Amino acid sequence: MTLIKTSYNRRSFLKTSALAGGGLMIGFNWLTSCQAAAEEEVLQMPDEWFDINAYLKIGDNGVVTILSPNPEFGQNVKTSMPMIIAEELDVDWKNVIVEQANFNAERYTATNQFSGGSAGIRRGWEGLRMAGATARQMLCEAAAAAWEVPVGEITTAAGMLHHEASGKSAGYGEMASAAAQIPVPKEVELKDNKDFKIIGTSRKNVDGKKIVTGQPMFGVDKKKEGMLIAMIAHPPAFGMQLKSADTDAAKGMPGIRDVFTIKTLQDDYERAGFDTNAFPEMIAIVGNSTWEVMNAKKALKAEWEPFSEHSMVVNGWGGKQEVTIPAGLESTTSHREEMAKLAEQPAKVSRKDGDPETAFKNAAQVIERTYTAPFLAHNCMEPMNFFAHVQGDKVELAGPIQGPGVIEQTVSARLDIPVENIEIELTRMGGGFGRRAYGHYIVEAALISQKVNAPVKLMYTREDDMTFGIYRPSYSATYRAALDENGNLTAFHVKGGGVPESPVFANRFPAGAIDNYLAEEWSIDSNITIGAFRAPRSNFIAGAEQSFLDEVAEAAGRDPIEFRLELLERAKNDPVGERNDYDAARYAGVLELVREKSNWGQEQPNVYRGVSAYFCHATYVAHVLDLVMENGKPRVENVCCAIDCGIVVNPDAAANMAEGAITDGVGNAFFGAMTFKDGAPEKKNFDTYRMIRMSEAPRNIDVHFVPSDVDPTGMGEPPFPPIFGAVANAMYKATDKRSYHQPFLGDQEVLG
Amino acid sequence: MAVYKLNINGKKLQVDVDPTTPMLWVLRDHLDLTGTKYGCGIAQCGACTIHLDGNAMRSCQLPVSAVGDQSITTIEGLSENGDHPVQKAWLEHDVPQCGYCQAGQIMSAAALLQNNASPSDADIDTAMNGNICRCGTYTRIKAAIKTAANG
Ligand code: FES
Ligand code: FES
Repeated sequence: MTLIKTSYNRRSFLKTSALAGGGLMIGFNWLTSCQAAAEEEVLQMPDEWFDINAYLKIGDNGVVTILSPNPEFGQNVKTSMPMIIAEELDVDWKNVIVEQANFNAERYTATNQFSGGSAGIRRGWEGLRMAGATARQMLCEAAAAAWEVPVGEITTAAGMLHHEASGKSAGYGEMASAAAQIPVPKEVELKDNKDFKIIGTSRKNVDGKKIVTGQPMFGVDKKKEGMLIAMIAHPPAFGMQLKSADTDAAKGMPGIRDVFTIKTLQDDYERAGFDTNAFPEMIAIVGNSTWEVMNAKKALKAEWEPFSEHSMVVNGWGGKQEVTIPAGLESTTSHREEMAKLAEQPAKVSRKDGDPETAFKNAAQVIERTYTAPFLAHNCMEPMNFFAHVQGDKVELAGPIQGPGVIEQTVSARLDIPVENIEIELTRMGGGFGRRAYGHYIVEAALISQKVNAPVKLMYTREDDMTFGIYRPSYSATYRAALDENGNLTAFHVKGGGVPESPVFANRFPAGAIDNYLAEEWSIDSNITIGAFRAPRSNFIAGAEQSFLDEVAEAAGRDPIEFRLELLERAKNDPVGERNDYDAARYAGVLELVREKSNWGQEQPNVYRGVSAYFCHATYVAHVLDLVMENGKPRVENVCCAIDCGIVVNPDAAANMAEGAITDGVGNAFFGAMTFKDGAPEKKNFDTYRMIRMSEAPRNIDVHFVPSDVDPTGMGEPPFPPIFGAVANAMYKATDKRSYHQPFLGDQEVLG
Repeated sequence: MAVYKLNINGKKLQVDVDPTTPMLWVLRDHLDLTGTKYGCGIAQCGACTIHLDGNAMRSCQLPVSAVGDQSITTIEGLSENGDHPVQKAWLEHDVPQCGYCQAGQIMSAAALLQNNASPSDADIDTAMNGNICRCGTYTRIKAAIKTAANG
């Protein structure tokens, strides 16, 4: 066992006399336990609940409610986080009810309730275990006091307390009332990994039944007595702003309550990192029902005008910065030209090892290739939306948001209402992928509610969602490799940039594995808003790098896995430089596992294989992708995937996540692209924005985890970036042509 | 506005709405049946799939005035206890990630199996190609459909 101090976030374990979160006891009548559907039975509700800490309460009959702190968008934290708590609490999973916690910055310090960066489980690991372990300890102390025996002699198992010497036993429910009075222990013991009974076993999605029966659980499903529907109209192009609005026609439409303009960020407002927002001024349409508001929106007349260059203060991760927003209506064609130009010029050096210039001069062979990728829209299936009810100085909010703590500050500043008066209910999100880290739509909803003095549900149409994007940037990377006459890699050069940021991670592999190494970066300013998109930057650079290494391996006459392993061997035994951002042994580990599991080297007729590996968000992933050609079109037959993310909390759910990331990656590699003309997004809905569909999805995906005792790391993002390289490398085998520019299949016909 | 008497999930329901209102919004806004989801509004994503006289139909493209006395089934009415073979198979395979597309996927799958008790891979591809899953759960969806077909 590990003894850990609970002090660093004792605040979150403070007991409250009120019921946690308020109103959580109501409406449990159809809630079911966490056990598999087949043996499902409705749990008997207790007569009384006892709050043990912010994360859990125990009923007098032993049923446990665990509050899952983080917003859920499909990464399955609503199951896996409670599993971690339940493990240390030492309860039977089938007696656990999971509820989504509301946002409460003071109560849920273990994770900050931020879903993003594949960091939920990684960051929450210790705090969540502690939440369970402190509760268990308090139950033991309550039993020890009741039985007048030393607490050290009490053992627990599956929600029961035992004292062997006296033969006494009690369920947690019997001791819950007394335990709730015990002071939070200063130190608790955590289980040894080998004693885990829940962690490491596959448990079904706690919301599975609700999802398949269509229960209301998403932001768009929110209802409140007297609630109105709101929509917004924003400038049609980046680089434009509202000039004037003629709202009369729209106001006269049936069912319309009001039409007005709102300004979501004041001009002198100091933006935080997640306050990204291209259109802070817009028109709001409010009415009785969605269809009526949609129709009124069409009747709206507005004039838009190009804005001039301006600057703003952004207080983001890198500290306070004055950011200049360029004027102009940008187009994809001019982006491409500018990117091609900058790729040719020297750029800012972000790392240099050895003497790359001389090594390239003396090389027997130099390979140079350039890779590009377009902007991508997140296209969460549930469009942006939020419920808001502003009543005087009280704000009630509910809906899909990845980072409630960040946006609460913005709402507070804009409405001039203290955060204590703002309540945020976290609904299940219909996808996030980074997009819902940027919560401008919450400020919009709040302002609209304040103006019409009624509860309001703000709904984006798909078109609003796709054209008010905070997109994945467009990138370019140029690689050069120097080989000597024996095919040894003697120098490596990456120069990358994008609109508006560089995708280069200078200290990642193969930095550290090559004596002469150079990384350079450039960027092009833009007024198109960009932000986090499943594994930011990695989601491009991994594919480019892994395609290039494949080509270099071929030129060197090596097997592509063998070639990568040789480089990793060097990085492990004799690393170049000190700031290498990866563990070469674990990196090699996933390549070795995927080689074994995919039967690498055994050719099958008409099956074309590509390999790729990457490390990001503290997790290592390798893929082997099998492609077949059908009627001249590539189809992914199989993907074999090896992952090292440390301890796997919920293996089947983690596999599901990897399958999704792989499918998402195949789709974006083949089809994904957002393009712009005169500042306007050229795709507005799924008739033109090509998404991967059933017939194009991989036929089979096998996910393998490296057995590990290391604390868990990220799963939502890491399997995504390397898949682009695996697709490209398999495409080369199938077609004899290398794919350098995403999307690899261009804009083919859209299926519907 | 006009009054429509609708037959939904075996119940007679009445709404007073504009005749052009798509069934999607009649269900969601007027009848509190929010299981049917909006994803695109132009019959491209399948999130709004319902059954009209047993056939899969995109409710975002179905004006209430066109329904007449045809019977509508939504995800809420697919089975009484959430135990339709497709729903059971979905749980067995733990298909959903975010879950937003899944009501539409399930309705499309249930309609497919209604007409074709043992669909081939190609049949599944054709029937399900109109349903986008942004989370990429297609392999599980296909496996679950096969389980439901054999169950
Ligand atoms: S909402 Fe009807 S198909 Fe997308
Ligand atoms: S499960 Fe998220 S869109 Fe399908």
